[in-house]
Amino acid sequence: MRRDRTVAVIGTAFVALAAGGPWLPQWAMFIATVAFARGLVALGLVLLLRAGLISFGQALFYCLGAYTAGALGRFYGVSDIFIEMLVGGAVAALVAFIIGFLLARYRGIFFGLLSLALSMILYGLLVKTEALGSTDGFNIAPSTLFGVRPPPEWVRYSVLVSAAAVAAAAALIVHRYLQTPLGRLAPAIKDNEIRVEYMGASARKAVHVKYVIAGALAGVGGALAATAVGHIDPDMAYWTTSGEFIFITILAGTGSVVAPFVGALIYGSIHTLAYGLSPNTWQMSLGLALLVLIVFLPEGLWSLATRHARRT
Amino acid sequence: MPVVLNARGLSKRFGAVTAAHEVSAAIDKDSVVGLIGTNGAGKTTFINMITGYLKPDAGAITYEGRDITPLAPRQITRLGICRSFQIPQLYSSLSVHENMMIGLGIVLANAGHGGFLSRGDAPVPGYGEPAAQVAEHILARFGLAEYRDRNTQVLPGGVRKLLDIALTMVAKPRVLLLDEPTSGVSAQEKFGIMQMVLDAVRAEGATVLFVEHDMEVVSRFAQRVLAFYDGRVIADATPEVALADPEVRRHVVGRLRAAHA
Repeated sequence: MRRDRTVAVIGTAFVALAAGGPWLPQWAMFIATVAFARGLVALGLVLLLRAGLISFGQALFYCLGAYTAGALGRFYGVSDIFIEMLVGGAVAALVAFIIGFLLARYRGIFFGLLSLALSMILYGLLVKTEALGSTDGFNIAPSTLFGVRPPPEWVRYSVLVSAAAVAAAAALIVHRYLQTPLGRLAPAIKDNEIRVEYMGASARKAVHVKYVIAGALAGVGGALAATAVGHIDPDMAYWTTSGEFIFITILAGTGSVVAPFVGALIYGSIHTLAYGLSPNTWQMSLGLALLVLIVFLPEGLWSLATRHARRT
Repeated sequence: MPVVLNARGLSKRFGAVTAAHEVSAAIDKDSVVGLIGTNGAGKTTFINMITGYLKPDAGAITYEGRDITPLAPRQITRLGICRSFQIPQLYSSLSVHENMMIGLGIVLANAGHGGFLSRGDAPVPGYGEPAAQVAEHILARFGLAEYRDRNTQVLPGGVRKLLDIALTMVAKPRVLLLDEPTSGVSAQEKFGIMQMVLDAVRAEGATVLFVEHDMEVVSRFAQRVLAFYDGRVIADATPEVALADPEVRRHVVGRLRAAHA
């Protein structure tokens, strides 16, 4: 069996980023931070996708995490980035736990569309809520780190390292989870749920657990994005936002817990580049990129890495 | 011999079709029972009711004195009642070995070794060895070792059938229900497969119920026969007596011969 280098890869990447980060230009730090936020959401989608489920509504939890972080600052004066991510993830996990009782009963297109419908309900609610800024949303104060406000030129870097630390921890936790007997059930649920039941496990419960983990990850990602961007609005729950996460997940592939972050970084780069080249037709460039990918690398960019490993 | 499984007055209707009509059978511990009958006679419905997939409209099933009628398939499996399928139910994207490991993982998780920090090298209950070794032993026992790393989609039919049965072994069944274990297998292989399965199962001591259309297989391996016709049990006796019964000859044996001729 090939040695699993995931832990080493995550550790090395984190150290390299923390050490080299201060030399990165500010815009690159921003792109990387947002990539970590989106990567967290995509990591949750990977968990679901491995079990054969695709959620078209992960923006629900992303937006919940973001608004939780925003509300913490606006109503409670809390601006610590770790508390924002922790509470954002917890609120999203709680909501995922509750609606999971409904969603874990559905599969295929019904699961996807139901999750989309729920995210659009949140969008509708936020648009109508004046206290939360309605369609405009509201701004979020720059975050502090363990109660300390970093000097302005170090804010981006401190947020980036915090994001990297949380992303690394999340990737390691999910990696561990995938090695537990119940974590390994994912492909079995995808292949043959009846057999899973007849072997003594509850597929519905396993799906529910995955849904809660995915929700929590999206909530943490949303809180992170909120504090990185400094502004939140209902579009974070809109279905096109969910589409971006699916795009990233397909782009990356489900082969590794590192893939979603790489995918999110590439997505962010293509997005920025395409937007810079042609502000009005950037979606077309993204669409072409996805088209090329599905035709030539149906298992995602990560399959390039494993193909290489198989040859060596 | 004590009764391990007791079905009393099971009835099940699907619209106008009566799939089971007051089916009763008391199965002795460690016995081997053959279920015979033409297609649609109610054999698989009987198995589906015992394993909790179908709930009877009337009647009850007890296992070692406990009422299992309301339980879900997974709960019944955890009690030690396992089944194989007429059409093999495998995890098609995984290898033979991975299929076994999924099953053993579920057994470990049900025994409390499925937590976040568990590494999956805890001894499997009933086997006393880590899952990876148990998988090798079961595969070897069923003659599947050479297919270990093959994807299940590319396996020959007989091998798929054997793997389907081998998968039931991970939970150490106390009662094993085999739905047509030798269907789709060549006539020459049938006896070998049945012998292999029964040896593997009964080495541990377990009750076996098997659905079978080949009367030679039934007379050779079953100690007792339940003959189904039109949702009813029309005979419940030793193979010699049951297969000689005029009603069984008319409704079961004769029709099967005609169908297979």
